[in-house]
Amino acid sequence: MALLEVKDLKVRVEEREILHGLTLTVNEGEVHAIMGPNGSGKSTLSHVIAGKPGYEVTDGQILFKGEDLLEMSPDERAAKGVFLAFQYPVEIPGVATMTFLRTALNAQRKARGESEYSTPDFLKKVREVSKSLNIPQDMLKRGVNVGFSGGEKKRNEVLQMALFEPSLCILDEMDSGLDIDALRIAADGVNALRSPKRAMVVITHYQRLLNYIVPDVVHVMSKGRVVKSGAKDLALELEASGYAQFEDA
Amino acid sequence: MNLAVAKTGKGRAVSDLFASAEGRLPGSPGVAAVRREAFETYERLGLPHRRIEEWKYTDLRALVGEVLPLAAAPDAAALKRAADAVKAHAIEGARKLVLVDGVFAADLSDVKALSSEVGLKTLREVLADKANPAAGDLLRTTSTDAMISLNAAMATDGVMVSVADRTQLSAPIQLIHIATAAGASAFTRSHLRIGKGARATVVETFVAAGKASGYQVNDALILWIGDDADVAHIRLMDDAPDAVNVSSHFVTVGAAVKLNFFNMTTGAAVSRLQGFITLAGEGSELSANGVNLLQKTEHGDTTLVVDHAVPNCVSRETFRAVIDDRAHSVFQGRIIVRPDAQKTDGKMMTRALLLSDEAEADNKPELEIFADDVSCGHGATAGALDDSLLFYLKARGLPEKQAQALLIQAFVGEAIEQIADDALREHVIGIAERWLERRS
Ligand SMILES: Nc1ncnc2c1ncn2[C@@H]1O[C@H](COP(=O)(O)OP(=O)(O)OP(=O)(O)O)[C@@H](O)[C@H]1O
Ligand SMILES: [Mg+2]
Repeated sequence: MALLEVKDLKVRVEEREILHGLTLTVNEGEVHAIMGPNGSGKSTLSHVIAGKPGYEVTDGQILFKGEDLLEMSPDERAAKGVFLAFQYPVEIPGVATMTFLRTALNAQRKARGESEYSTPDFLKKVREVSKSLNIPQDMLKRGVNVGFSGGEKKRNEVLQMALFEPSLCILDEMDSGLDIDALRIAADGVNALRSPKRAMVVITHYQRLLNYIVPDVVHVMSKGRVVKSGAKDLALELEASGYAQFEDA
Repeated sequence: MNLAVAKTGKGRAVSDLFASAEGRLPGSPGVAAVRREAFETYERLGLPHRRIEEWKYTDLRALVGEVLPLAAAPDAAALKRAADAVKAHAIEGARKLVLVDGVFAADLSDVKALSSEVGLKTLREVLADKANPAAGDLLRTTSTDAMISLNAAMATDGVMVSVADRTQLSAPIQLIHIATAAGASAFTRSHLRIGKGARATVVETFVAAGKASGYQVNDALILWIGDDADVAHIRLMDDAPDAVNVSSHFVTVGAAVKLNFFNMTTGAAVSRLQGFITLAGEGSELSANGVNLLQKTEHGDTTLVVDHAVPNCVSRETFRAVIDDRAHSVFQGRIIVRPDAQKTDGKMMTRALLLSDEAEADNKPELEIFADDVSCGHGATAGALDDSLLFYLKARGLPEKQAQALLIQAFVGEAIEQIADDALREHVIGIAERWLERRS
């Protein structure tokens, strides 16, 4: 079943069109990779799906589980199961990571009509997940992402993903800034979340990540459109020949 | 006098305020003379207005108009309502001193427990003591401020607490001011003396009982701290949304003292805390912090004057204002460094968070430095919540108001975290959280 359907999406930022009619369908259980040159609109797409303000959708639609995503506020989208691991996670001084995680998780559960987690259950869950991601407990006492290294910030995004158990995970350059070991740990974390009900969209510049998180479909984005889609070998092809062949597409 | 009768903004004769109250104001004839003189000063000056430099941003003539008549002494029903308010606002483990509508309420206070550790009297009994020729001095300060003069003229009661040298108080003292009456004024004045080497925590709480509304509070606190003492002083003003609260602190700090002061304003339509802190002994450290949380059309003014009168003292001020709707926050911070006060280290930092386009913040830092070997500075910022942080929180499932609340708590946390005691800090955070709930 289609989880995410982006249909002929046109998006403007400050009067300039960035996405020029983008179409993309992601089914439950699938992992899609999106590759494409800098500035082709990958992050823009992920932001529009997550509901970031400042983007004007001039045409097209986005359906999530058959519902109109563009009608929902960002928090409603999160509660329905949309998760974006940001390319550049922000720092939030004064909000302890632990407090943030619990507040967010319980807000999502409340919106879905589920009961809130008890403190011991929550702590147990965080401990499990952070351990598997090699995140030390004292990091969770600090402000959200405050003083985290680039790699730690990315791991914190994967931690949230594991905790919130969304049905659609969009990972925007999760691999940038990660060393090889951290990359493997994070990728393992992502792979552990693969399930027949969950889909992932992995945005990356490097084929290497796709050795760890093996995609079912690879898309090439250029100038605000998906210009080619194929099986995982497409990534290897790109690595060899670059994006030049798509520039005039 | 041959002058025309001074009138309030609402047309009543100003002199009526005093004349109608005089019979109820405690004191010997000597005290009465001090009161009369103080009232004449008030009558001459009238309510402060914007052409008085210190009151430039808080024009009481425009904001308040007139001082309401003196509240009646609380009857049994009022004391009953006050008792409920005490229950709701008491800090666990603290020893309470309760003033209801400007009158000390012994039955609601922990007189017995306190008397074993501190000297305790009421202002009323000391003023009324005919054998004490100096009683009138309790109503005098060095200030020429109109509201302080009015307080001296009208003060009905207050507490006189004295902590002996080297006494370590086993529990905080909580001075609770409760208003039960509508449309009336309460005038209180308290004296606290913390002896040398003593250790004390004092909390002031201002609240309304039940539906008390439209009242006015004018309080003065005279705090004297002996050498080597360690004092935490917290003031929590959460008066009714249509009340007026004007409070004045006079603090004299001895040598090698640690004083940690914190003020939070979450109530009253119009409020001003004016604190005059004199560092009078060398080697003392003052940490003075505050939070204003304002919404609707509230006006909250925190004015602190820190006077470095001697060398080698440190003062730090951290102030945060969160301003919603059409509210108006004022922070005036003045650091004075006297000619002798070399090696003074005085800094203040104030930040305002504007939650609406119509919210207003006035921030006036002033450094008056007369010594040359000092390190002093101030910084100020004002701005809105960061959209990128808000979006991050919303993308994680927090609804708008909850995302804002989390960021606001973080913002004021920078001042609240200066409170060292865990339980008191939690109490303060609880009040801030209730303010946040009132928003949504
Ligand atoms: N807020 C903005 N204001 C103006 N232009 C913007 C804004 N956000 C994005 N753009 C522009 O939109 C285009 C697409 O940006 P986007 O970040 O989506 O690219 P990307 O594919 O994610 O690139 P990268 O691989 O470098 O991360 C770029 O030309 C960028 O400059
Ligand atoms: Mg990008």
